[in-house]
Amino acid sequence: MFFEVWPVKELTLKSHRFRQEREAEWRKLEDILARAETSSSATKLSDDEIIALPVLYRSALSSLSVARAISLDQSLIAYLESLCTRAYFFVYGTRTTFLKRVIAFFARDWPRAARELWLETAIAVALTVLGAVVAYVLTTRDSTWFYSFVSPALAEGRGPAASAEELRSTLFAQEQSGLSIFATYLFTHNAQVALLAFALGFVFCLPAAFLVLSNGMMLGAFVAVFAARGLSFEFGGWVLIHGTTELFAIALAGAAGFRLGWTLAFPGDRSRVEAMSAAGRKAATLMTGVVVMLGVAGALEGVGRQVVTDTSLRYAIAALALLLWTLYLYIPREDTGDERG
Amino acid sequence: MSAAETEVRPTPAHVGREPYATERIRELVTPEGIDLRLRLAEASERATAFLIDVAIIVGVLVGMTLISFLTMISVGMSSVEISVIIWMLASFFLRNFYFMAFELTPRGATPGKRALGLRVATRNGEPLGFDAIFARNAMRELELFLPLSFLLVYGREAGGWASLAGTIWCAVFVFFPLMNRDRLRIGDFVAGTWVIRSPKRTLELDLASGERAGSVAITQAEADVYGVKELSVLEDVLRRKDEATIHAVAARIRGKIKRSKAQGETDQAFLEAYYLALRARLEGRMLFGHRRRDKHDKA
Repeated sequence: MFFEVWPVKELTLKSHRFRQEREAEWRKLEDILARAETSSSATKLSDDEIIALPVLYRSALSSLSVARAISLDQSLIAYLESLCTRAYFFVYGTRTTFLKRVIAFFARDWPRAARELWLETAIAVALTVLGAVVAYVLTTRDSTWFYSFVSPALAEGRGPAASAEELRSTLFAQEQSGLSIFATYLFTHNAQVALLAFALGFVFCLPAAFLVLSNGMMLGAFVAVFAARGLSFEFGGWVLIHGTTELFAIALAGAAGFRLGWTLAFPGDRSRVEAMSAAGRKAATLMTGVVVMLGVAGALEGVGRQVVTDTSLRYAIAALALLLWTLYLYIPREDTGDERG
Repeated sequence: MSAAETEVRPTPAHVGREPYATERIRELVTPEGIDLRLRLAEASERATAFLIDVAIIVGVLVGMTLISFLTMISVGMSSVEISVIIWMLASFFLRNFYFMAFELTPRGATPGKRALGLRVATRNGEPLGFDAIFARNAMRELELFLPLSFLLVYGREAGGWASLAGTIWCAVFVFFPLMNRDRLRIGDFVAGTWVIRSPKRTLELDLASGERAGSVAITQAEADVYGVKELSVLEDVLRRKDEATIHAVAARIRGKIKRSKAQGETDQAFLEAYYLALRARLEGRMLFGHRRRDKHDKA
């Protein structure tokens, strides 16, 4: 070696000079990032800063790569890693506005997810119908079956023991006062049940299937009780005005759950972890739509049903709602654009 | 060096960053070809972040309840309807969409996660979409609310075996993150996400700025005693500025290089000079292709 004693005072390390040369750029990037991260979009940044950001990001990445090779200052490397990570997530993050995401969801993502999960949806609808038919037949033969399908809290006095007049009054009751409270309650309650059905699907479909089935059974048991008093036509209008939307939504939630459970059990060609995240995202898109549908159903049940008391008009609304949902979700259309906007 | 001395000695708890070192680091190569070496969040950090978020949600709910009661009392019962609706919607949205709304922001983190320097990211480096955020948060129904309602409501009604079975069932979901390498909860598993550490760091002073090194001269032979690992421990000691530790470490290094304390030489000045010399020596060797791992690395 050339010298025995290190002349400390005159010594400047390569890594130190490197840092001095680049430090200003890093601080500039840090400053832009700090402001970009606090605003919901990049609106607070000037045009120059938006143009500078990717350039500064790439230069910071190259600094990181150099620093790892030549510097042993661990706090510097940790700083650059943190800076580059933050910049990476900003530069390669989602760049669309909230409004554009919403439009893309309604125009493309939701119907596409619904169509891709058609088989699961068909199974969920079949289970609902099966539950309804079984409960109807059993309750018609022996009315005590009703209590096995419907919890007393939900029945609210409507049961095999109620008279025709009592039942009729529940169908055409006018509760003008708390309409919007009622609608809100129905929405939040149903949406929570739908979310549960989705999440439960994870456990190999079974709990979700049970939830969908028991939903159908409840319906069938009620139909049987009202039919026994000759009120089946009126009951149909009462339940279907929101029921077409709500039952459809719950069937879709069940379908989303089935997709999760089925993929967990049978991931196919891909690894289970990969298959699950693809299935989870697809099902989640459908679930977002389910929450929207349940909002509509809550409004129809809480407000629409109280205002509209004519049974044939109730049937008309029910049919129209079903037609619109089916057309909207399943009518074939051109799929364009990138799925993840 | 004897065999007894070459044993790996446990690092004292107050120095070094060893516990985090490699176990939770995951590779994420950017399109520019640089590995960002993401560091996953520990389960304890995530639990803390979650508790902060729950505290915020509960706080907001309590505040909302108070406000709706006060408006009912002051305005009269005519405003009952509107305050009940607001309360019901708020509790529904807080329970379900608090997490989603915050994770949709560019920071990708709820206030609790921000406080701990964490963020949500997709495992494959793609942008974090709403579908993934919805999926990971909807699964909370299964992971948290179902077990909670089971414990609070059904647990008491069900018999012994049923509650035991229910508790085991719930425990599987609650402790799922502890059963996999990536600390994924079920929501992360379903959505293809994970939670990483992305703290804001400030650029600290370069200890090799030279001005503070003083007049202590270190020979090359003296600098050849240690490796990179010891250098980073020394860096920690110098940044922490704890008198007792500095004294102890200075004494230890002087003993190792067989050098007595010079007249008027402070421990701080000695350590700074030694740090600079060691770093210069090691970085110099690194430029020639050899990175000396630690003091046992003899090459």
